[in-house]
Amino acid sequence: MADHILVMKNITKEFPGVKALDNVNLEVERGEIHALVGENGAGKSTLMNVLSGTYPYGSYTGDIIYNGEVCQFNTLKDSEKRGIVIIHQELALIPELSIGENMFLGNERKGTFGIDWDRTYHEARTHMDQVGLKDSEHTLIKDIGTGKQQLVEIAKALSKNVKLLILDEPTSSLNEEDSRMLLNLLLDFKKQGMTSIIISHKLNEIAYVADRITVLRDGATIDTIDNRGKEPVSEELIIRYMVGRELSDRFPKRVPNISDEKALEVKNWTVHHPVYTEKVVDDNVSFYVRKGEIVGFSGLQGAGRTELAMSIFGHSYGTGITGQLFINGKEAHLGNERKAIEAGLAYVTEDRKGNGLILPQTIAVNTTMARLDKVCSGGVIDTVKENLAAEEYREKLKTKTPSVQQAAGNLSGGNQQKVLLAKWMFADADVLILDEPTRGIDVGAKFEIYCIMNDLVAQGKSVIMISSEMPEILGMCDRVYVMNEGRIVAEMDIADASQEKIMAAILKSEKKEEEKQV
Amino acid sequence: MNVKAFVKKYTMVIALVAVFILFGLLTHGRLFYPQNMSNLMLQNSYVLVLACGMLCCILTGGNIDLSVGSTVCLVGALAAQLMDKNGMNAYLVIFVCLMVGAVIGGWQGFWIGYVHIPPFICTLSGMFLFRGLGRVILASKTVPVKDKTFLNVFASYVQIPGLDDNKIKMSAIIVGIAIAVIVLLTVFTGRAKRARKGYAVGPLGPELLKKAIIAGLIVFYAWKLANYKGIPVMLIWVLAVVFIYAFITSKTALGRYFYAVGGNEKATKLSGIDTRKVYFLAYLSMSFLAGLSGLLMAARIASVNGDTGNAFEMDAIGSCFIGGASAYGGSGTVAGICIGAIFLGVINQGMSIIGLDNNWQYIVKGAVLLVAVIFDVVSNHKTGKA
Repeated sequence: MADHILVMKNITKEFPGVKALDNVNLEVERGEIHALVGENGAGKSTLMNVLSGTYPYGSYTGDIIYNGEVCQFNTLKDSEKRGIVIIHQELALIPELSIGENMFLGNERKGTFGIDWDRTYHEARTHMDQVGLKDSEHTLIKDIGTGKQQLVEIAKALSKNVKLLILDEPTSSLNEEDSRMLLNLLLDFKKQGMTSIIISHKLNEIAYVADRITVLRDGATIDTIDNRGKEPVSEELIIRYMVGRELSDRFPKRVPNISDEKALEVKNWTVHHPVYTEKVVDDNVSFYVRKGEIVGFSGLQGAGRTELAMSIFGHSYGTGITGQLFINGKEAHLGNERKAIEAGLAYVTEDRKGNGLILPQTIAVNTTMARLDKVCSGGVIDTVKENLAAEEYREKLKTKTPSVQQAAGNLSGGNQQKVLLAKWMFADADVLILDEPTRGIDVGAKFEIYCIMNDLVAQGKSVIMISSEMPEILGMCDRVYVMNEGRIVAEMDIADASQEKIMAAILKSEKKEEEKQV
Repeated sequence: MNVKAFVKKYTMVIALVAVFILFGLLTHGRLFYPQNMSNLMLQNSYVLVLACGMLCCILTGGNIDLSVGSTVCLVGALAAQLMDKNGMNAYLVIFVCLMVGAVIGGWQGFWIGYVHIPPFICTLSGMFLFRGLGRVILASKTVPVKDKTFLNVFASYVQIPGLDDNKIKMSAIIVGIAIAVIVLLTVFTGRAKRARKGYAVGPLGPELLKKAIIAGLIVFYAWKLANYKGIPVMLIWVLAVVFIYAFITSKTALGRYFYAVGGNEKATKLSGIDTRKVYFLAYLSMSFLAGLSGLLMAARIASVNGDTGNAFEMDAIGSCFIGGASAYGGSGTVAGICIGAIFLGVINQGMSIIGLDNNWQYIVKGAVLLVAVIFDVVSNHKTGKA
């Protein structure tokens, strides 16, 4: 019989009106990497919150058996004492504090008088070395990227003597390179005997890293799949378990109907950093998108794609912007967001919660936000008209909500993304720049977003998709630009493109850069 | 609607009824004497006017304006001096003073909106600046306001010959009944309109009951006014401001932008809305209303001194938060802050009638503010941004 570090037996958790977990069983063996997958709302996070004591003992039924004994955790601290540490999707780090300070926040190393800073930073260094973080322990969190912040979180977990590490969507905001690094780190830890549970939507990563995979659907365990065989488990099998149906194709088919007319063309576009004004973020970028075309922008995080998109969209990012912008062949000067919207541009942000939606406001309010004048007469809002418009898009995009009077914050990630898309479709945009449109949303909702994109180009609109997920770029786009370090390093027709070629273009350009520096 | 949902929705209304009853008992019914009921509104006129402007500022993200008390003093001082010393025409004075209020608002709005000076600091500076200017204008004296026209415009009572000659002022009763009838009629016209557009129409009973209670209160209040001196002109000014701001915040694009900036400023900016202008307008309107408030105060007290308007901003801010505006911005209604302002007013008035020591009034007010907000936060599980 296998040695189980953790057994969760018949866990049932109810919220008012919903059964979030229904007799869920989870068995984790000592020293394995166990993946937990399922669509959004399947109950993964709830299950982990039950385990970590966020939902205290008594608010659920069933048993948690950890290291052979039944545990009753009442707070997060209780479970941390036993070596169970959870790292949430949204990192809990304080930007204005240093790495060392963050690592021991709430767990301070105390000396005789107050905090022993020497010991704090010494221990921080030790754990940072364990995760391969080379920055100074005095560096502020806001000065390092998301990838490194994730490493800080793991180092923080190590400082708490972690035995069972739970990672909730650790790679959702990382690029492929950082993700791979993180996964390899987990594999290293496994060799040293640590057990991890990883929650993720990225099936290729799970197939790469996990020993066993438990699939949840609608608050119930579907199955646990063994992934220790020679061949990695097929993604199709996992998807089938997750959605309960066959997704024969992850990308909807489309017959390309691309006209020769260029809807948007950018020439020699250069953007400087808004604070460090001498730093060039985008360097002499030229590209175009035709009517009816989906153009992909591939590249690593920090390649300057979001910055490029936002600088084009009414100079909403950057300073010292130079270059020419043509819309339908005519040169345009879009000095602010309003002008960009009037010129038919839309920027659908990668950060739906931070930059996209007003979460406490209703779906209707969010939908009309960018073009409120369409439902106004003389500055007075016609709420009837507004609700009808919101309702129309709710039906069109199949947004799952009881009413358009719901607050946007109550929706799941996929449905929030649909509201955000509705907002920009309502704004009558002809060129939509979608920045990571499927980040953090489940397989079913992704498919629906892809269908919406296909509908848009079928109407003769143009779509620019920025994505760090290469399969998505390859599956959806007609043409792809590869960016690295603020420059376009390759342009390829989709027929010629492959993951290897895109990676090769990025790596080659980096080599050139190094040679130049030498 | 079950009891819990009802309590949650009408928390502050229930609390307001409770303090009315409490002080009604403590004052042995004196609170409800016509004179006291009339004064309740007049003494809180400035709070209601200022709270409307303050709501717009708070909506943009919990930003407050600390300078309004000083602006009240400055504008009041200007009005008093222009009439007393220079003998300027009252209507011209009103116009000039309102413009001065707007200019002050433009000054603060410019720094806050376009130069991104934190509102707290900018208006703190204004608080000193305008108080000082006001005292300079007054030359540290108390200046009386004696201009008949000016007092008539702001501080008189509606007197219609033939109607209001007797002890009971008929005009108040007629207006009260007319408004009550209109309120009741809106129930039916509103339902008919929704039915015509094919919208869902809720059950008639609760809606009618709610409006009937409102209509009843209006008639009751009109009766009280009629038994005193009739309709105060100041009440008309206050109601006009309240209705205009209720309309702006709930029905117009501009009002929507106040909520949007407070809900998520970055998203609002990326939606093509000039967020700088939204801040500018919020503070412009705030100081404009502070100017109007200065005129109301000058007329009501019939004099202005260096301490006029002291701590008015605190009453306005308190009303907003008691009335359910979020300290983080993005939510709050004019109806809510009116209840908040009347709530504070009843406590003030009640304590004054009882003859409670002024110092104790501060203690009670402070406690009430905290309790009201705690109650609101706990009952709505508003945990703010954390």
